Amino acid sequence: MNVELYERIWMWAAGGLLLLFLGAIFLTAGLQAVQPPSHIETVDPTALTTHPEFGTPAVKTRADGSVVVSVVAQMFSFSPDPIEVPANRPVTFRLTSADVIHGFEVVGTNANAMAIPGYVSQFTVTFKEPGEYLIGCNEYCGTMHHNMVGKLIVKKESP
Amino acid sequence: MNGRHSLAAAHVGVAVAAFAVASAMGVLQALSIADIPFPHRSESLYYLAVTAHGVLMALVFTTFFIMGLGYALSQESLGRITGRGLAWIAFVLGLVGSVAAAVTILRGQSSVLYTFYPPMQAHPLFYMGATLLIVASWIWGGVMIASYRSWRREHPGVPVPLSIHGMLATIILWYLATAGLAVEVLGMLIPWSLGLVTKIDPLLARSFFWWFGHPLVYFWLMPAYVLWYTVLPRVAGGKLFSDSLARMVFILFVLLSVPVGFHHQFADPGISSNWKLVHTVTTYAVLYPSFVTAFTIIASLEVAGRMKGARGLFDWIGRLPWGDPFFAAVALAMIAFTFGGFGGAINAAYAMNSMVHNTAWIMGHFHVTLGTTVALTFMGATYWLLPRMLGRELRLMTLARMQPYLWFAGIALFSISYHIAGLRGLPRRVYSASLTGEYGAAWHGLTRVAAAGSVILFLSALSYVAVVAATWIGGKRIPAPAFEFAVPLRPPTAPGVWDRFGLWTVLAMLLVAVAYGYPLLHLFAHTRYGSPPFQPF
Repeated sequence: MNVELYERIWMWAAGGLLLLFLGAIFLTAGLQAVQPPSHIETVDPTALTTHPEFGTPAVKTRADGSVVVSVVAQMFSFSPDPIEVPANRPVTFRLTSADVIHGFEVVGTNANAMAIPGYVSQFTVTFKEPGEYLIGCNEYCGTMHHNMVGKLIVKKESP
Repeated sequence: MNGRHSLAAAHVGVAVAAFAVASAMGVLQALSIADIPFPHRSESLYYLAVTAHGVLMALVFTTFFIMGLGYALSQESLGRITGRGLAWIAFVLGLVGSVAAAVTILRGQSSVLYTFYPPMQAHPLFYMGATLLIVASWIWGGVMIASYRSWRREHPGVPVPLSIHGMLATIILWYLATAGLAVEVLGMLIPWSLGLVTKIDPLLARSFFWWFGHPLVYFWLMPAYVLWYTVLPRVAGGKLFSDSLARMVFILFVLLSVPVGFHHQFADPGISSNWKLVHTVTTYAVLYPSFVTAFTIIASLEVAGRMKGARGLFDWIGRLPWGDPFFAAVALAMIAFTFGGFGGAINAAYAMNSMVHNTAWIMGHFHVTLGTTVALTFMGATYWLLPRMLGRELRLMTLARMQPYLWFAGIALFSISYHIAGLRGLPRRVYSASLTGEYGAAWHGLTRVAAAGSVILFLSALSYVAVVAATWIGGKRIPAPAFEFAVPLRPPTAPGVWDRFGLWTVLAMLLVAVAYGYPLLHLFAHTRYGSPPFQPF
C-alpha cells in the first residue's frame, strides 16, 4: 500500500499514543492492582431476607481489623443506611440487589459499582477524608430512582 | 418524487419524523433535571421521555436514516437495488415495529430506557416492535449485499466503489452485532415477557446487550465516515487524500468494533478483570481507525483549500465552504468528534472508568459522539440528499445554513456542563439533579447551563425539521442534481486486500468468539438463580 510520508508519521504516532495509554493501564493494573470491581459470586435474589449475610446487611470488623460492609440495594433505598466506616482503613463492600439493577456510587470517591440481582459485587476502598458522603443510585431503577440515596459516614479513627 | 429514490426518501422521512418526536423528549429531560418547572412535569413523564428519546434517536432515527442512505448509495454507485419489493416489505415491517414500540412507550407501559435491562420488564410489544425493526435492517442488509453481488457479476476485477465498500463493512458489522441482541431478545426477553419462562439472568442479558450495544455506535459512525470520505471532499471542492486507507479503516471497524462490550460493564460483577482488560485493549485498538480517518479527511480538506489557491499553513481553512449546510454540519461534527474520541478513551481507561461510570459525564459524552458527530452529519447529509432524491430545491436556505452552528453552540453548553457535573458525581438519568431535594449544590448551576444548551439544540432540531418539511412539500422542482462522489488522488486500479470481505468476516467472527466465548462459559459454570420481572414505572 502506498502511504504518504506525513500520513505514515501520523499513523505511527497514533499507534504510539494508544500504546502509551494501554501501557499506563497495564502498569497500574499489574503493579498496583488498580482494577475495576470484578468479583464473581452468585446469590439467590428471591431469598435475600433469609440469607445469612444479606438478610441483615451491616458493617462488620474482621479479626485483622479490616472492615466489611454488606449492602442490599432495593427500590428505592440502600441498607444499611447510614453506613459508618473508619477512615484510612481498607473497607470491603459486598453489594447485591433485591429487585432490579441499581448503581452504588459514593459521590466524590472512586467507589462505583453495579448492584445486579443474583450477583455479589465486591470491591475495596480506603477513605482518607473523614466526613459525610452522598451515596447515589446511578442506574435507572424506576420512577423514584432519583430519590434512592444513602449516606456514608467516614469517621476519624480513634487512636 | 424522483421514482428511483422513493425507497431511500421514504426511509429518510421516517428517520426525520422520529427525530422530531425524540427532540421534544430531549428538551423535557434537560429542563426536568435542572428543576426548571414546566406544565405536566412529573417523574413518570421524565422516565418515559428518557426511554422515548433513547429509542427514537438511537434506534429508529439512526437505523432508518442509514437504511435510506444505503439504498441511495446502492442506486447511484451500483446503478441498482436488487430486491426492491422485499425492501418495501422491510420498510413496512420496520415502521410497524417502531410505531408499536413507540406506542407502548408513550402509553407509559415500557419506561425501561433504550437499554431495557431486565429484570425491569416492558410490554411484550416493546420487545417485539424492536425485533421487527432489527429484522427490517437484516433484510435491508440482504438487499444491499444482493445488489453488490449483481453488480460484481457485471464488473469482475473492478474495485467496489468506496461508498459501497463502507456500507458493506457496516452491514457485516451489523450482522455480527445484532447476533448478540437476537440471543438476548428472542432467546431471553420475549419468552420472559410473555410469561413462558419465569426468571431471567440480568447479567447474561446485559452482556448480550453490550455485545450489540457498542458495535451499535460503529453502525452509526461508519455511514457517517462513508459520507466524510466519499462526499465531503467533493463538496469542499477537493479530492480524497487516500482511498486505500479508507478501505483499511472500514475493515478495521469490522474486525475490532464487536469484541469491546465489557468496557460498558467495568463496574459489573460476574466478569473477571482479565477479560475486562482484554476488551480494554480492543477498545483502544478500535480508536486507531478513527485517528487515521482524522488525518485522511483533514488532508483531503487541505487539498480542497489549496486547489482553490490557498497558500501558507492555515489559509486553506478559510477557503472551505463554511456557508454550505452539508459542509458546515460535517465539519462541526468532526470537531465534536475530537472531544468525543478522547472522552471515549477516558471512559475506556479500565479503572479510571470508576470516576465517570453512570454519571452525567456519560450523557455529555454520547451527545458529542452520537448526538453531534453522527446526528449532525446525518442532518447535513439530509440537506445533500433531499434535492438529489426528490428533485426539489432546498427551501429555507438561511435556516439550513444556520442550523449546524446553532446545534454546535447548543451541544457545547450541554455537553461541557454534563461532563463537569459528572466528574462532580451527578448520577445519570435523574428526574431532578437535587435528587431528594436536599442535594446538588455542586452541580445545580451546571444543569441549568445544560438546560439552556438543550433549548438551543431543540431550536436547531426544529429548524432542521422545518427545512426538511418545507423542501418536501414546497421545494421548487428542479432536475435532480447528480450524486457526485469524491475522486481519490490515486484511484485504485484493482481490488486489494481490504476488499476481501469473506476473509475479514471470518477473522472478525473468530475475535468475537474469543472475546465472549470464555467469559460466557465461565459464567455458565456458576449456579445462576435468575430474577422475576419488575415494573416500577
